[in-house]
Amino acid sequence: MDVLAGKVKVTSKTLDQTMNPAELMDHPIRLSARDVTVHYGEKQALHGISIDIPDRAVTAFIGPSGCGKSTFLRCINRMNDTIEGAKVGGKIELDGEDIYSADLDVVELRARVGMVFQKPNPFPKSIYDNVAYGPRIHGLAKSKADLDEIVISSLRKAGLFEEVKDRLAEPGTGLSGGQQQRLCIARAIAVGPEVILMDEPCSALDPIATAIIEELIDELRENYTIVIVTHSMQQAARVSQKTAFFHLGNLIEHGDTEDIFTNPVNKQTQDYIMGRIG
Amino acid sequence: MNALVIAALLLVLLTVSYQVGWSRSRKLADGKDTRLHSRPIYHGALAALFALLPAIVILGLWALFSQSVTNSFILAQLPAEVAQQQPFEVQAAVSRVQAIASGYGVIGEPTPMETAAASAYASFQQLSFLGVIAAAAALGAVGLFWAQRRIAPRLRARTEVEIFVRLALIACSTVAILTTLGIVLSLLSDALRFFSFISPLDFFFGTTWNPRFQSTGSGSAGEYGLLPLLWGTVMISIIAMLVAVPIGLMSAIYLSQYAHARVRSVVKPIIEILAGIPTIVYGFFALVTVGPFLSGLGDVIGINIRATSALTAGVVMGIMIIPFISSLSDDILGQVPRTMRDGSLGLGATQSETIRKVLLPAALPGVVGAVLLAVSRAIGETMIVVLAAGNSPVLRANPAEPTSTVTVSIVNQLTGDADFTSPQSLVAFALGLTLFAMTLLLNVLALYIVRKFREQYE
Repeated sequence: MDVLAGKVKVTSKTLDQTMNPAELMDHPIRLSARDVTVHYGEKQALHGISIDIPDRAVTAFIGPSGCGKSTFLRCINRMNDTIEGAKVGGKIELDGEDIYSADLDVVELRARVGMVFQKPNPFPKSIYDNVAYGPRIHGLAKSKADLDEIVISSLRKAGLFEEVKDRLAEPGTGLSGGQQQRLCIARAIAVGPEVILMDEPCSALDPIATAIIEELIDELRENYTIVIVTHSMQQAARVSQKTAFFHLGNLIEHGDTEDIFTNPVNKQTQDYIMGRIG
Repeated sequence: MNALVIAALLLVLLTVSYQVGWSRSRKLADGKDTRLHSRPIYHGALAALFALLPAIVILGLWALFSQSVTNSFILAQLPAEVAQQQPFEVQAAVSRVQAIASGYGVIGEPTPMETAAASAYASFQQLSFLGVIAAAAALGAVGLFWAQRRIAPRLRARTEVEIFVRLALIACSTVAILTTLGIVLSLLSDALRFFSFISPLDFFFGTTWNPRFQSTGSGSAGEYGLLPLLWGTVMISIIAMLVAVPIGLMSAIYLSQYAHARVRSVVKPIIEILAGIPTIVYGFFALVTVGPFLSGLGDVIGINIRATSALTAGVVMGIMIIPFISSLSDDILGQVPRTMRDGSLGLGATQSETIRKVLLPAALPGVVGAVLLAVSRAIGETMIVVLAAGNSPVLRANPAEPTSTVTVSIVNQLTGDADFTSPQSLVAFALGLTLFAMTLLLNVLALYIVRKFREQYE
């Protein structure tokens, strides 16, 4: 019960800054998934996930390791396509468009749905080239000045520009872990996505870098639909407006973050939030 | 028989001493293993070392000196004038006696003196062998006795065994280093003898290669300009790389990035089979198939290409090197972290963009290292060039003409009756030294670059 006490304290402190449910109503559904299943070879990793994800809000996926939350996240920009033997079933729609339909260009989809990974993975290139990578591939800048503009504004949005403005030509791998992760966020923003997926973006970072990233996520939600996978319930409570709880490949419960943390309907959700499973 | 006896002796020593060390330490432990500093197996191993090492040292000394001891023993049996002869005649006389003693028989009827010497030698041999075995066994027993007296609960047997293991490992790596050093020194001394005939300036900067053999009676020492050979080597290596690098790299990219696991498991071993084909077989292939094909191709497009030429040798050598480059590059591309690839794909890059803009730049230093290793392989390659390059050591820029390389000239200078006193043979050592220096430099460079690459991710 001590564990519970600690956790509840964190949530109640942070819930103040989340939007109230009435405010959430103004956010139309951006992504909707219906009966999504994933098989890795013989093994079924997801059993029919159905969820709606609202625009311009942060949705958190929580659950114990191996529960399928990252797998589901990777379905949203079809990164599972790159894993040999992975098979995705069901339907995911982005703005009403089926992202697994044959006409959809996966490259275009990934430009609209950016991704930030668990471990910061800057390319072994300069800070500038890291951010300019996406715009260059997609031909987003017409001139060098355009590209500069995109790079600088992306670094600004990621809250990194002030720290690196004098060393844009230095390798991105030379930054600290937290800075690298913000560089990866800037890199994702530079392509101009509508949705940003984050796969445990803070799990490799120290508490201070984590706090900075969380603050950044809170700012980004004004312009982007954000989905974040996290194994930290405190983090989910701090940054998200919607929370979905996964367990053993099933979506157990989802709803407003406040409700999930203060008043979970399902017994398993309750157990997880109280620290009894996981 | 002798080897069997020695093996049996060592085995017995090993078993007995290990058992003694093990059981004695167990007894001291008195059922509580924790009283011992080291576990019983270490006490056993230490006792075995103490028993085996002296025995092995004795056997080794015997192996080292038995030759000269038996020689002088046999000589002592033979008349004094035998020992006065030329060294090779003395050796022949000794060998005759040994052959008679062994029962293999010799050409001609053995003289009574020889027969007597042979029987004396046979009994001496038996006696000395028994003596050595006895000495080894005795020393082993002494070692064992001492070792088992030392056994005490606080004896740091594990530490001592580990010190020995470390010394053994150091000794093994020293062998490799010493061998390299020995090769360099032997090359160097003979090369220096060559440079006492021919000035290094003429050798390194001469443009004519014409080492007349003395048997032709011209009397002149010949000309030993390295440049035509070096140029031939460089030209063939460049052609080989032009063939091997693109094909090898592309197949590595296909295998590591595009190929399905099942395709990969079939294709990769097949490509690696190429590396297992003896180079002389590649030589036939060049001579019989590729040479005439290139020559015919030249006729069609109106260029005169000789069947045996730098081009033929280079192309076939390139084919030989493909698996080398594809295998190394495949490993290196595989080392680029998956997260890097995901990062690029996640930004909406296509697979080919990811490969060109992220994977290859990240793997580039490693690939360069692989290419340099392949170049040093090409430089040292001999058989293909002997058969397919036409053996014409003349400075020519046209790759469609015959040429020759450093390695081919070494073969030419050393085959047949080489007497190792004339510059004609000694030049081979100067050439070998040049080759060694070149490949060493390339290998060091390659290792340095590969290491730089590793530092990026670890």
